Amino acid sequence: MSKERIRVYAWEFPIRLTHWINVLCILALSVTGFYIGNPFMHAVSSKQYIMGWMRFIHFVSAYTFMLSMVVRIYWAFVGNRYASWRVWFPFTSRRFRDLMDAVKFYLFISKKPPYAVGHTALAGFTYLLVFGVFIFMIVSGFALYSLNRDGALWTLLGGWLTGVMHLQTIRLFHHLGMYLILAFTIIHVYIGWYLDLKERNGLMGSIFSGYKFVTGKEWE
Amino acid sequence: MASSSKRDDLSGVTIYEALKERGFSRRDFLSFCTLITATLALPSTFVSKVAEALERRKKPVLVWLEFQDCAGNTEALLRASKPTVGEIVLDILSVEYHETIMAAAGHQAEKSLMDVVKNQKGRYIAVVEGSVPMGDGGVYCCVGGRAAKETVKEVCGNAMATLAVGTCAAYGGLPAASPNPTGAVGVTQAVPGVPVVNLPGCPVNVENITATVVHFLTFGSLPPLDSRGRPLFAYGKRIHDNCERRAHFDAGQFVRQWGDEGHRKGWCLYEMGCKGPETFKNCPTVKYNEGTSWPVQAGHGCIGCAEPAFWDRMAPFYRRLPQPPGFGVESTADKVGAGLAAVTGAALVAHGIGRILSGGKKKEEERR
Repeated sequence: MSKERIRVYAWEFPIRLTHWINVLCILALSVTGFYIGNPFMHAVSSKQYIMGWMRFIHFVSAYTFMLSMVVRIYWAFVGNRYASWRVWFPFTSRRFRDLMDAVKFYLFISKKPPYAVGHTALAGFTYLLVFGVFIFMIVSGFALYSLNRDGALWTLLGGWLTGVMHLQTIRLFHHLGMYLILAFTIIHVYIGWYLDLKERNGLMGSIFSGYKFVTGKEWE
Repeated sequence: MASSSKRDDLSGVTIYEALKERGFSRRDFLSFCTLITATLALPSTFVSKVAEALERRKKPVLVWLEFQDCAGNTEALLRASKPTVGEIVLDILSVEYHETIMAAAGHQAEKSLMDVVKNQKGRYIAVVEGSVPMGDGGVYCCVGGRAAKETVKEVCGNAMATLAVGTCAAYGGLPAASPNPTGAVGVTQAVPGVPVVNLPGCPVNVENITATVVHFLTFGSLPPLDSRGRPLFAYGKRIHDNCERRAHFDAGQFVRQWGDEGHRKGWCLYEMGCKGPETFKNCPTVKYNEGTSWPVQAGHGCIGCAEPAFWDRMAPFYRRLPQPPGFGVESTADKVGAGLAAVTGAALVAHGIGRILSGGKKKEEERR
C-alpha cells in the first residue's frame, strides 16, 4: 500500500473565493440581522444612525451574498468534478452507500472515516440542504426588503413570497434561518478540523490553497 | 335621513345642493373637495374636477349592512363634535338603510332595503360592516330572520359596488380569529365575483370611505386596488415608511419599557412590538378623529389591524416576532435559537469525548 501523498487541486479559485465571501457575508448578515431583529445597542443622540447603518450593511451584504451564490451555482455546472452539482445529490447507489457509511461513522457505529477527494457524500448532501436554507434566506430577505422597495426586480427576487406566507411568518423564519446557518457553521468547522486531524490530508488548508493531499491508493 | 319619506329625493338633488341646504358655504365645499383630493393622492389640479363632479352628480343611494361587528366603523363615521367629513359623507350619500341610525324599524326597515335592491338594481352602493358567518348554514348572524350570508349575496350581488369597511368585513377580522367558531369570512369570500373595495382597519378611516366614494363619483370607476382588494391611495404605503417616529428608528433610539425615558421622549416603538413595518395603511398621514392623532402618535405601537388575520398573525402585539408553534408560550425565537446552539455544542463535545474514549487515537497511530 502506497503511503506516498499526491497533491490534488480540488478547489478551484471561484470555489474558494465564493466560500470566503460567504463567510464574510454570513458574519456581517448575522451581526446586523441580529441587531435589526433585536436592537441591542441604543443611540445616545439623534445624530447617530445605528439602525440606518446596520440596515445598509445588511442589504449590501445580502446583495453580495446573493451574487456569490449565483457564481457558486454557475460553477456547479462549469467547474471541475469536485465542484459539480452532482456531488450534492446522493441518489446513485454508490453515493447513497457512502452517505450511510458517513452517517454510521458520525454515530460511532463504524470506525472508518468517510473519505473523498472532494466532498464526501454526506457533506455534499448537507450542502444541498444548506443551499436550500441560503436560498430561503435570500428570497425571504428580499420579500421583507420589497416592503419598502417597489419594483419588478424585488418582486421577482422575493416580493412574491408575501402572497404565499404571512409577513410575520416570513420574518420569524428569516430569523430562525440565521440560527440554522450558525449551527451549520459550528458543525462544518468542527468536522473539517476533525477530519483534517484524522486524515492528515490538508483539508483545512485546502480551502485557502485549493490543494488536498491524497495517498496513491485513494487517488485510484 | 333614512326614512322612507326621503326616497323622493333620490333622483332630484345633487351633492352640492344637498350640502348648501345643510348650510355649508362654497368655501366649506371647496375645502372638503381639497381634502378628498389630497386623500386620494391626486395633484391639486384635480380639486376642480372633483368639485365639478360633486356639483353635477346626483346623490348616490347607499345601504349600510351590519353583520358580525361591534358598530365601531359606524361609530367612526358618526362620532364628531362639529360639522365634519363624517357629516358631509352622510349628506353626499342618500343612506336608505343603516340599522344603527335609521328611523324605520322591523319589517318596514327590511322592506326599504329590499326596495332599494329591487328599484335601484345596479345603481346603489352597498357598504358592509362586520364579517359574514358561513358555518352551520349561517345561523350565527340573522337579521329579520334571514341569514347574513343570504342578505349579503342578494344586496352586494345587485349593487354597483360594495365597500367592505373595517377589517371584519374585509377579511373576517376578530370573529374569524382562530378557531373561528362561526366560520366568519369577509365579503369577497362570501360573495365571490362582485366588485368589492376592501377598506380594512379597526376602525376604518372615514376619510378613506369618502375618498373612495368621491373617486367613484368623479371618475366613474373604483380606485386602483392592490392584490388584497385595497385602494392603493390609502393602503399603498407602509406605516413604517411614513411614520413620524421613523427618524428615531434609523438613529437607533427605541422605547424599551412603557414609561421609560425613550417613551416619554417619543422614540421608536419597534422594540415594543410595533407592527408598523408589516402594515400598509395611511394612518400616519390621515390619522383618526379628524386628524387629531393615531396609535403611534399616542405612544402605542401599531397592532397591524388593517392586515388580513391580524389577530392571529400579528400577535403577540408587544413583541417583534410571533411565537414559534410547539415550543410553549414563553419560548421566543431567540430562546429556540440559543437552545439549538446549546444542543449543537453539546453534541460536538459528546462526539469528541466519544471518539477519545473509543480509542480513535490508537487507531490513528496504527494507520500511520
